[in-house]
Amino acid sequence: MAGTQGEIVAAHSLGFQYAGSTSKALDDVSIVIRQGEFLLLTGPSGCGKTTLCRCLNGLIPNFHPGEMSGELLVDGVSVAAETTSELSRKVGYVFQNPENQLFALTVEKDVAFGPENLGLTREEIRGRVDWAMDAAGTVALKDLAPYELSGGQQQRVALAGVLAMKPSVIVLDEPTSFLDPRTAEEVMGAVDGLRRENGITVIVVEHRLDLVGRYAERIVVMDHGRIVADGRVEDVIDSEFDRLSGLGIGLPKVSLLWSLLKRDGLVSERLPTHVESAARMLSERLRN
Amino acid sequence: MGENGAGKTTLAKQLNGLLKPTLGRVTVDGDDTAKKSVAQLSRKVGIVFQNPDHLLFSETVREEVGFALKNFGFEPGVVVKQVERTLEALDLAHYGDTSPFLLSGEERKRVALAAVLAWEPDYLILDEPTIGQDYQQKERLRNFILQLNSQGKAVVMVTHDVEFVAECNPKVVLMSKGQIVAQGQADEVLSDDGLIEKASLVKPQMAKLFSQLSEFGFPRDVVDVHRAKMLLQERLSEVRVRVAQSS
Amino acid sequence: MSLRVLNGFKFSSLKTPVHRLDPRAKFLLVIGIIVPSLLFTNIYLLAGLLLVQVPLLMVGRVTRRWVQSLRAGVFLSALIFVVNFFTGPLVNAVALTLRFLLLMTTFSFFFMTTSPDDLGLAIDKVGFIRWLSRRWLGYPNALSFTFTTAVRLVPTMAVDAQTVVDAQRSRGLELDKGNLLKRVRNYIPILIPLLLIAIRRSLELAEALEARGFPGREGRTSLFELRFKPVDYLLLGISLGGIVLSFWVFFHYHVPTI
Repeated sequence: MAGTQGEIVAAHSLGFQYAGSTSKALDDVSIVIRQGEFLLLTGPSGCGKTTLCRCLNGLIPNFHPGEMSGELLVDGVSVAAETTSELSRKVGYVFQNPENQLFALTVEKDVAFGPENLGLTREEIRGRVDWAMDAAGTVALKDLAPYELSGGQQQRVALAGVLAMKPSVIVLDEPTSFLDPRTAEEVMGAVDGLRRENGITVIVVEHRLDLVGRYAERIVVMDHGRIVADGRVEDVIDSEFDRLSGLGIGLPKVSLLWSLLKRDGLVSERLPTHVESAARMLSERLRN
Repeated sequence: MGENGAGKTTLAKQLNGLLKPTLGRVTVDGDDTAKKSVAQLSRKVGIVFQNPDHLLFSETVREEVGFALKNFGFEPGVVVKQVERTLEALDLAHYGDTSPFLLSGEERKRVALAAVLAWEPDYLILDEPTIGQDYQQKERLRNFILQLNSQGKAVVMVTHDVEFVAECNPKVVLMSKGQIVAQGQADEVLSDDGLIEKASLVKPQMAKLFSQLSEFGFPRDVVDVHRAKMLLQERLSEVRVRVAQSS
Repeated sequence: MSLRVLNGFKFSSLKTPVHRLDPRAKFLLVIGIIVPSLLFTNIYLLAGLLLVQVPLLMVGRVTRRWVQSLRAGVFLSALIFVVNFFTGPLVNAVALTLRFLLLMTTFSFFFMTTSPDDLGLAIDKVGFIRWLSRRWLGYPNALSFTFTTAVRLVPTMAVDAQTVVDAQRSRGLELDKGNLLKRVRNYIPILIPLLLIAIRRSLELAEALEARGFPGREGRTSLFELRFKPVDYLLLGISLGGIVLSFWVFFHYHVPTI
């Protein structure tokens, strides 16, 4: 039951205010996300990125009460009409803290947890668990307990648990905050790989644009509950560089370098967003 | 610096006596840590733990920040003054009578920092201070750390945030599997492929960039954006002049 | 008596035939040993019941841990012996000490060879618990889930406890100084953060649970299921037989202590 032309998420003037809060966490947010997109959602702390994510899988308003306004459709159906349990089949959520989202005593049982809630037969559950653990690279860990795993392994297990639900969208809320840089890159690479192989839509909330920017096609920047920029990563960083810096967003260092050189008239191309393109452009110029 | 499990936090805990060595010795200002208690060593060595929730328990921020001072036996008058000073320095004065549990994550981290700075330890150890913070918050932290350091305090950061370290350019000690594998200035250490590999880190963007531009004679040990810009600026201006001349 | 005695009750994840026995059968075995040991004080019987568990412990490869826990329980056993030595015949003292060791061994055996997972699954099958769970918490498997989650969180909370102690000691808190009142008050800076961390963690876990579809409108289907194997039936039979026999003998004969 997909929405218009492969739209998996459609928000129209979505607003939300947490119960007991005096300001809007989401203010007139309108966005359309298509199936299979890789979207990087960023913005200064408190801008509403996590709030938006929670709306997608029903944690808002069911777990975090408050007033919702406007409309949000996931896979063509309004979120107001579905429970968190139902939405969890469509939207998977990987949380920031690796350990606090694993509740079973072994990895295998944890990955099975989600499908066990779906009313499937035991064979179906078994199939999903095996597939998900393999896809996320956690088969070797299957009998270990959550506290015996490293942060990166825990995130992979969380990912497997979410995959086993076979969602159309996976939201990852700052999934690599607690991981060291090498593991962070591995996890992001794995996420991108999964997306390509399975056509899953991926939304990653992250401050470090250079980490995710190389995989994401689209970037959405929020500030004070509103969307302030939305477009392809290269386009947005190039055209909105100064404004985004002003908002306190951590732009990739190569982009910053380029903008400084550009200001002095030494280069003229669009801002690169990762090292490879910057290196290429500089080499060309210097080789002349 | 080093990957998770390299032993960074274990080493940090040796410095204030929480852990004592099984081989060898650790001395702080000449005193053997094995012969002193944690309370004694903490007067000089303050550790700010990664998760502020492991510290916070008081009814107000003021009480929280004053806790250690009371434990160390400072006079009440001194306690009040130190608490106010520290709150001011960390922009928390308006939260003095607020419950620390009502504050946001970043604010709680600042309260934890204030709780340790209150007694002005000579050596300050910060365990993963940048996790979960956005760019602006990290900027503020960086400025604060540099300020502290310029006031004569020794600051030790346990971190794997390469870009943050690149911006501060301090001395770096790299650890891997319980051993120190390198010590040196940040720009030297973080631009060395072999060392980065050993410590399971990634190179800062500038270092990655310049290692791909080595054929043009650029130095490899560039981690700072502004230095990178200056180096490129020279060359690109030359190129521009040459191009202008040849046309 | 150090905390190491608790090691004798901690699950050791090995794959032995004893570990694979259905927990319900094992539990009935435990009852089957406890009933006669409480009904009778015959030294030979008690010693026999104790010794019969040794091969079980050996097959389960947990003998070393069991011995460790026994050694740690020496103090309490000695106490029991001494108290009874002065209040009755020697044989009584021996019998009661034996009984204490026997009970400790039985429970130790059970917990060392039964994974909390399996325990959770077993609890989940008990009709009364499901009923209670539905009445009280709304879902039939809520209680067993609570149990397994609690067990899963124990090592995590232990790490947190150590970190909190470290953090507060680094602020000058000295837990081993001062009079009794001061010492108790000194635990407030330890307990409050722990409590709050536990609450925060629970909230995050709850969120994650909901995000994975708990509880599901069709109820939960468990991937793993406990199934009785022939050896389990054998064990059930023996245990039940033993219990019945014990009661029958108890009501028909007087079995002396020696």
